Amino acid sequence: MLPMIRLTLALFFIAILTQPALASEHLRLATTTSTENSGLLAALLPPFEAANDCKIDVIAVGTGKAIKLGETGDVDVLLVHSRAAEENFLAAGFGVDRRDVMYNDFVILGPGVDPAGIAGSKDAAVALKKIFDKGVTFVSRGDDSGTNKKEKEIWQAAGVTPSGAWYLEAGRGMGEVITMATERQGYTLSDRATYHAYASKSNLKIAVEGDAGLFNPYGVIMVNPAKHPHVKVELVKKFIDFLTSAEGQSLITAFKINGKQLFYVAK
Amino acid sequence: MDYLLTSLGAALSMIINLNHDVESAVWTSLYTSLVAIVIAALIGIPIGAAIALGRFPGRRLLTTLLNTLMALPTVVVGLVLFGLFSRQGPLGPLGLLFTPWAMIVGQVVLATPIVANYALAAVAGADPRILPTAMTLGAGRLRGTWLLIQEIRFGMMAAIVAGFGRVISEVGVAMMLGGNIRGTTRTMTTAIALETSKGEFAFGLALGLVLMSVALIINLFLNLLQED
Repeated sequence: MLPMIRLTLALFFIAILTQPALASEHLRLATTTSTENSGLLAALLPPFEAANDCKIDVIAVGTGKAIKLGETGDVDVLLVHSRAAEENFLAAGFGVDRRDVMYNDFVILGPGVDPAGIAGSKDAAVALKKIFDKGVTFVSRGDDSGTNKKEKEIWQAAGVTPSGAWYLEAGRGMGEVITMATERQGYTLSDRATYHAYASKSNLKIAVEGDAGLFNPYGVIMVNPAKHPHVKVELVKKFIDFLTSAEGQSLITAFKINGKQLFYVAK
Repeated sequence: MDYLLTSLGAALSMIINLNHDVESAVWTSLYTSLVAIVIAALIGIPIGAAIALGRFPGRRLLTTLLNTLMALPTVVVGLVLFGLFSRQGPLGPLGLLFTPWAMIVGQVVLATPIVANYALAAVAGADPRILPTAMTLGAGRLRGTWLLIQEIRFGMMAAIVAGFGRVISEVGVAMMLGGNIRGTTRTMTTAIALETSKGEFAFGLALGLVLMSVALIINLFLNLLQED
């Protein structure tokens, strides 16, 4: 028994000692699954981390959860996309220094055969009304994410409340929902970035795009240090400046998947 | 079938080429689980031995409780500890949420009842003459118990292996308390969950293969130890 314990302890210390040296400072960023799953952050963060000798810990969740993590002070900074929820967050004093970072837009995806007959439409509300009337399968995020909030807005604009066996509330991330919609050959609302990232794994097509109501701006917000003193103010400021600097903005513009630009910077 | 074969090929090449993300997830899984199982053993084995050897009121109740704790759903452990570790919770000022330490605490909570139960069973099943004999030969009660544990080291090893199996394969605690941060708290299981959600079947498969290989290697290693 004793040799075994010694061995285990030895392994334990080897484990601790060989643990990769920790970068001097960690910054916690709560963001949406769309920025992480599309691969944007993997292109955007390393230059900042190298320049400031820090590590950004990315917690990728829906916008609703990300904002909650900001309210409880479990993260330092948010990169999210739900203008209304962001305004509430700021108004309640949970965040400071919000800035526009970039935008893309939402699209309604659907199977090629287009059972609801909405392909090519430019009016998202009218399209959803048709899906509702025909009871065609629609997969909703159902997770209070930014995309989910946008979807609810459009249903409201269409004047109907979706429910029934055709309306599936997945409670999962954007990628999983696209996968689910592909398997069930239904419609779903997605941000364009995630759709492009998944286009090779899905046979869904863009049915509706170009509606002004589908605009999707991303904002960065510092968690209010007055409420949560442990927020790393200096580093967060640098990070926000970086995202909105010429360097950060050109990295965002240069980020492409299969030759397609996914995010656009605010002009 | 082609889909599976192509993915398997891609998975193997990721493992052979030591893909950095695979490597880091394997490493995180291994060291958090190892630290957790050492702590769980230090807590669980004495508890199990004490319950097995002790004669005190409420002993049966305690055994039932321990059995129930073995079935703790990982997401419940994750949820409760999330509440404790969040900045708004009682342990918030420690800033443990979304660090490997939060995961380790969760894994200790999961593994300890298992280790304790196995230890209890092993001690209860040991030759009842060992302890009295040791004490007749002049050993104190603590030293006698230590000798007893050495006699039944196979059972103790089984306790540790079972606990280790539980923590290295679970995903609920790692996901909720670790936050699946790339390079820091992304374990093999949370990485598999993430890659599946991204539709990256090959990457998930690669990690699944590594997870099984790691389990195999560790069990072979422990088998070797038992043969001494």
